[in-house]
Amino acid sequence: MRLGAINAVTGWLLVLPAAALLALFTHFPVVATIIDSFYATSRAGKPGPFVGLENYHVMVADEVFWKSLWNNVWYSLGTIPLSIGLALVMALWVNSAMRGRTWLRVAFFTPTILPMIAVANIWLFFYTPQYGLLEKFTTGLGFATHNWLGTESTALACVMVVAIWKDAGFFMIFYLAALQSIPPSLAEAAALEGAPRSYYLRRIVLPLLMPTTLFVLVNAVINSFRLVDHIVVMTRGGPNNATSLLLFHIYQVGFSFWDTGYAAALTLVLLAILAAAAIGQFVFLDKKVHYQ
Amino acid sequence: MSRLYEPRGPWLALETVAAWLLGILWILPLAYAVWTAFHPSEYSARFEILAPLTLENFVRAWEAAPFARYFLNSFALVTMVLSCQLVLCTLAAYAFARFEFPGKDIAFILVLVQLMIMPDVLIVENYRTMWRLGILDSIPAIGLPYIASAFGIFLLRQTFKTVPKELDEAARVEGAGPLAVLLKVYVPLAKPVYLAYGLVSVSYHWNNFLWPLIVTNSVGSRPVTVGLQVFSSGDQGIDWSIITAATLMTSAPLLVGFLLFQRQFVQSFMRAGIR
Repeated sequence: MRLGAINAVTGWLLVLPAAALLALFTHFPVVATIIDSFYATSRAGKPGPFVGLENYHVMVADEVFWKSLWNNVWYSLGTIPLSIGLALVMALWVNSAMRGRTWLRVAFFTPTILPMIAVANIWLFFYTPQYGLLEKFTTGLGFATHNWLGTESTALACVMVVAIWKDAGFFMIFYLAALQSIPPSLAEAAALEGAPRSYYLRRIVLPLLMPTTLFVLVNAVINSFRLVDHIVVMTRGGPNNATSLLLFHIYQVGFSFWDTGYAAALTLVLLAILAAAAIGQFVFLDKKVHYQ
Repeated sequence: MSRLYEPRGPWLALETVAAWLLGILWILPLAYAVWTAFHPSEYSARFEILAPLTLENFVRAWEAAPFARYFLNSFALVTMVLSCQLVLCTLAAYAFARFEFPGKDIAFILVLVQLMIMPDVLIVENYRTMWRLGILDSIPAIGLPYIASAFGIFLLRQTFKTVPKELDEAARVEGAGPLAVLLKVYVPLAKPVYLAYGLVSVSYHWNNFLWPLIVTNSVGSRPVTVGLQVFSSGDQGIDWSIITAATLMTSAPLLVGFLLFQRQFVQSFMRAGIR
């Protein structure tokens, strides 16, 4: 009994420093976001008055918000399946006995360790009208010159390419780890039964990779709503908000227009999306993944 | 995976070619940046084997902005964040792995919340907190929200749980207190995990951009990423050779480290990813 009490106190003392910082910079901000979203922005040090759902009315009428939200949906749908698919293929190749696989691993993984802002700078130059490598290439083939990042129809796709380039090698690592943990006896058994390679990959490897795919998927969803460094550098949300993502809109409202009340309401939408991703993960973990 | 199901014959040739093409495509943007940075600007998009090599772009970039200070700031930031993370996460992970205390399960779930809702998205409220604390535009303001890392706590808890209880008890029988047991038994056994977590954390915070951009406002506290952005969006015009040189410079510590120790890097990221 005495020992249990001592254990409890020690346990709490050990957790306390981390818990205090977590409470201050994660839990408190979440609660404060909810509260602040019902208040007007404070001016000149005075807290803003309670305005009820005013910020949410503004949001519903805010075209840039809807545009950013849809952009973000398209951005996620465009980048996540492609980067996960590429990651799987890369991992299979790097994990094989293929010639030059060490070199390939370096090539695929390098974008991951570069700062997103450096990546964005490199690609900004790549996309530059007339001088950039892309333009040299396309005009060399006889196509008309085109401002890739400056045109509404192509800007978001250009930004998505950058994200895929940076993320695929990162996700590859998780698949690589999973592939290496598959016991060789499974392949031996399949070979004994005379299963062809396509069957082995589809019916044995792929199901065994399901937990990894789910893990990567959730991370990819979070990433696609969390990382807007490249937007700040490459397009600043333009042209005409064609590349504005949700967090970038929050950044603009909060730190260019200093409308923190409205920014809090916008943040709540983002938090709701992230919470949905979290809940989705738990539900899926129970139902679809059998190989934990 | 077994070697039994390796591609064979024409398939092997086809897949090797495809893999190499993808590899070249993947390295191309970086190779292009390296080319631009090491050649005079008139060659920035003209590829001639005999184009003269130069370090001029790096020299001009270094002189055009206080990069030495930015590097120092980033170094201080990464050191502060990582050392605090290691202490706090170790203590918390130890408690979650080996102590029974009331509210433990709820506390752990509250920790895991941060895996989904990272400080990166709480910029508005965290900025207000930093303002209330009066530490805007300082290096601690950049690092503080990240110090209690749910990822670190989770990763270390998983590792500590695999330590045999007999080792723990043997040390206690010899009269060691909880902290001594932690330092003598648990920490040494978790060394590879510490290395893995350290690499992931250092690259995350060296590369982090949006939050530092928001909270810093002066040369004295800006990390290299923000310094690079201020530099390249400033009055440099569009001398891409210099901007590219600066870009490579800011990525250099991690890039060089990775190329030298790429096996350890990849294994560390793998270790951190397996939960």
